[in-house]
Amino acid sequence: MLKDSDRIYQNLYGQQDWRLAGALARGDWNGTADIIARGRDALVEEMKASVMRGRGGAGFPTGMKWSFMPKQSDGRPSYVVINADESEPGTCKDRDIIRNEPHKLIEGALIASFAMGAHKAFIYIRGEYYNEAQRLQSAIDEAYQAGLLGKNAANSGWDFDLVLQRGAGAYICGEETAMLESLEGKKGMPRMKPPFPAGMGLYGCPTTVNNVETIAGVPTIMRRGGAWFAGLGRPKNAGTKIFCISGHVNNPCNVEEELGVPLKDLIEKHAGGVRGGWDNLQAIIPGGASMPILNKAMADVQLMDFDSLAAVKSGMGSGAIIVMDKSVDVVKAIWRLSKFFKHESCGQCTPCREGTGWMMRQMDRIVQNKATLADIHLLEQVTTQVAGHTICAFGEASSWPIQGLMRAFRPTVEARATDYQPPQTVAQAAE
Amino acid sequence: MNTQPEPQTFMFDEISEPLVAKAISKYPEGRQMSAVKTLLDIAQRQIGRTTGSAWLPQAALDAVAARLGAKPMRIYEVASFYTMFNLKPVGKYQLQVCTTTPCWLRGSDDIVSACKKASGIEHFGETSADGVFTLTEVECLGACVNAPILQVNDDYYEDMTAASTEALIGDLKAGKPLPSAGSLGGRKSSAPAPGQTTLLPASGSGE
Repeated sequence: MLKDSDRIYQNLYGQQDWRLAGALARGDWNGTADIIARGRDALVEEMKASVMRGRGGAGFPTGMKWSFMPKQSDGRPSYVVINADESEPGTCKDRDIIRNEPHKLIEGALIASFAMGAHKAFIYIRGEYYNEAQRLQSAIDEAYQAGLLGKNAANSGWDFDLVLQRGAGAYICGEETAMLESLEGKKGMPRMKPPFPAGMGLYGCPTTVNNVETIAGVPTIMRRGGAWFAGLGRPKNAGTKIFCISGHVNNPCNVEEELGVPLKDLIEKHAGGVRGGWDNLQAIIPGGASMPILNKAMADVQLMDFDSLAAVKSGMGSGAIIVMDKSVDVVKAIWRLSKFFKHESCGQCTPCREGTGWMMRQMDRIVQNKATLADIHLLEQVTTQVAGHTICAFGEASSWPIQGLMRAFRPTVEARATDYQPPQTVAQAAE
Repeated sequence: MNTQPEPQTFMFDEISEPLVAKAISKYPEGRQMSAVKTLLDIAQRQIGRTTGSAWLPQAALDAVAARLGAKPMRIYEVASFYTMFNLKPVGKYQLQVCTTTPCWLRGSDDIVSACKKASGIEHFGETSADGVFTLTEVECLGACVNAPILQVNDDYYEDMTAASTEALIGDLKAGKPLPSAGSLGGRKSSAPAPGQTTLLPASGSGE
């Protein structure tokens, strides 16, 4: 498991000072101008060498994403947008970075923006994080006063402004193009792609959207080298990740670990184990609400990284691990997620607007033991007509939990049907 | 319930004005609409500060439209899209209980019952007769390892139980101020309750 010295977030729990003085003592802002002096191309190459994959959920290689930004401006400015809309149920990692390590995020914003040719970056933080936004703004103000932001930021020769904007309650604004719409002062409804944000994003200008955890990891990667980060974890699944372990564990917590860590070890070592012991485990959602659920047999052997989870048709998503013991009605747990998605659908695309409500109602019928086997099969079929038929990935996000439930818990779900016939045993059949 | 007639006029006051000017100045020329959510928030807070009920009557929406040079409909669209803008009066304290799966697994049903019992409110979306509390069911608040969460106005109260919920609401009823935000279960931020398993001071190694 990961050594303490290899953890990026030394103040994850706020045990030390979050202000600039504390950040400087932890090594933040150390030689930032030297990092920037390496030049834009070198920084993008370092990011590629680190094999960092975006920490927001999709896991797209960060260095490659950065390289899509135009090298020469055609007259339009470039922008970087940092996604702090953290709303995927189960996820609360960016909150800890913002409140306890804000200077890692601010320094990362400067370095990343330089690497993408942007003189201005926006952090979009979910509206409910009011206290967190106050603290981040204080840290930004400190950085301006210390000359770390603004003209010739941190003596790097690069002018850089960082603006914090609060959301106002809408899960969909965590989708990158919805976020751009919201930043522009509109309803947060996703845009068609293409054009992709790197060509036409915020205000019609080249824009890259990165997650808080991706950006906050940048300064440490630049100091210790991409090879250091790439050496942690597993091939193509490199580095460290903050995992959020919630639900039926003895000690729910956030913890930074290496990618590829066994799910069972993660829970037993840091979260005090499953309530009632590992054998009392029923199910785990491994990557936030939209990622398909795992049953115990799957969880027993699961490694926590992008490719290992994709191999079992689930996903690491945001690294949010929701644990359920045997006391849970697992169908009801997924119904509650269907209710979440129905509430949060922006309403732009018909399959999602109508489908999320329909799926929620059908899930409710199963919970109440009112559905037939045919209803359950119809629900499964309808999920495939929502996923992939919408402008953004919300169609998938709202369908995958149900599809995952059917894959991992089909006997449990079908046993709820009104016309369910238990399979006859051989002995009974012989009689 | 707030039975006062809806205010017909709204002006940003001397506390709000500098905040409005600063918010608009953060965006490029011609992109002042980017400040719309901030202006709505400033207006809602001003109304909360002056009347005890933080909400947005139409007069406030129109004032924001005028300030941003936007058609009022553009502002109504935004105000009705985002859940944190209250388009009808609310109580002095908004009790916002998260009931999404991670909180539900940790007992949010008990927190809902405790809120109803202590505030006297029967259903979500209602305001108590004395106008002190509004009870709202909210979706994931993003503090899941500290579930269940009760958000009161701007503050998150974490690791809640039915008892701590009733005590908190009882204190507010008695006129006491809100306690400091954070865990009411006595633990430090998102660290494991019995103590950290990583970032240990002495050894410099988590193993």
